[in-house]
Amino acid sequence: MTSPEPPLALLAELTHRCPLQCPYCSNPLALEKAANEMPTADWLRAIDEAAALGCLQVHFSGGEPTVRRDLEQLIAGATAAGLYTNLITSGVALDSKRLAALVAAGLEHVQLSFQDSDAAIAERIGGYEGAHARKLAAAKSVREAGLPLTANFVVHRQNLHHLTEMLDMAVAMGAHRAEIANVQYYGWALKNRAALMPSRGQLEEMTAMIMAARKRLEGVLVIDYVVPDYYARRPKSCMGGWGRRFLNISPSGKVLPCHAAESITGMAFDNVRQRNLGNIWRDSEAFNRFRGTGWMPEPCRGCDRKELDWGGCRCQAFAITGDAARTDPACGLSEDHDRLVELATDEAIAAADGFIYRRYGAAGDLRT
Amino acid sequence: MNGRALIDLDSTPRLAPHMRLRHDKAREQWTIQAPERSFVLDQVAHAIVSRCDGMTSLGAVVDELCAAFPGAPRELIEKDVITLAQNFVDKNVMQT
Repeated sequence: MTSPEPPLALLAELTHRCPLQCPYCSNPLALEKAANEMPTADWLRAIDEAAALGCLQVHFSGGEPTVRRDLEQLIAGATAAGLYTNLITSGVALDSKRLAALVAAGLEHVQLSFQDSDAAIAERIGGYEGAHARKLAAAKSVREAGLPLTANFVVHRQNLHHLTEMLDMAVAMGAHRAEIANVQYYGWALKNRAALMPSRGQLEEMTAMIMAARKRLEGVLVIDYVVPDYYARRPKSCMGGWGRRFLNISPSGKVLPCHAAESITGMAFDNVRQRNLGNIWRDSEAFNRFRGTGWMPEPCRGCDRKELDWGGCRCQAFAITGDAARTDPACGLSEDHDRLVELATDEAIAAADGFIYRRYGAAGDLRT
Repeated sequence: MNGRALIDLDSTPRLAPHMRLRHDKAREQWTIQAPERSFVLDQVAHAIVSRCDGMTSLGAVVDELCAAFPGAPRELIEKDVITLAQNFVDKNVMQT
């Protein structure tokens, strides 16, 4: 195999600790304990290695990354390494004083998550009373600090009727960009699929609204839109292809091709505390396992879209079929596709709206 | 919404404050780094963007580029400059 292209961005999942309990959380089912989190020095070295490898951006994420008291140091390290720095946060613990410290360290962009435009619904989804007002205050601090802001809304059956209000809210808070992302069904979200999955009709309505809003808000707000791929004809180009553009480091230092990759049982992932990041990117078994097109079964192998969607999502293939090397069931050409759509449709019609909440450890775990 | 700014040769755009012009050493190219996206600039795009400082008019940028690329017809350069600036302003990459 020839040497792979260098990655574009590092997703640094600093912690799994989080004050919110969103039922569609994208972290793995087994959360990493605070005691297993990588210390500052290892993170700084990993960030340097990412920059040396060719990464241009770093996204500090989690869990809730602001619970790490060394976030300032990590941002400063990334800035010194020439990386564009982005903070992906719930905003509930981000007051103007902390933000000022992060900006002084070189922070360039903040992405704030919102659970709905309506405070009561938002707080029911996130399981945190008072979160909405704190998030709006954080948005205000970000704009007052002169930083660009992305408002992220995860959408699903229980909040999609507020799409217009969400976009209005993003404009009103001075966001430059809004991310309207349908839930992707892995990990905890898969557990709550029945409470979250929209119907095909709802999805079509939503897509039409987004297209209209993009026109209406051209030059004012950039809108990124992620559909739930169960209803797509062809799969999403997950992560732009396994081991092609992104790498993810878990709180304990495991290097993953995507944040959900650990859900594929039986795969071993190298740890950046033991092995150089460039080495892992180029030569590790995990990164090479589904890289490129050589691993593909039919109908992927003979498909003229194989270098567009790169076979879709391995984690989804595993979650639905038990075999990570099968065709992504989101693809209309997959043998498993009809069963997947039927499942989703039945759940959307049954409309059972109760959530199974996830809770991170006990109270007090949020300290470092 | 009436927020869209229309670009002409009198416009004096510059990169939006959160956009970073950065050289990508690994791939030997110029890029603009932006929230969750990055734009690769070819030689012409870099020549244009690096001259847009918020004070220089696009007309003056065209003059400079005509001098720097004597083989290219002025109308073509003008069209490239206006198209690129309008596109980047629409995407919030540049502002006037």
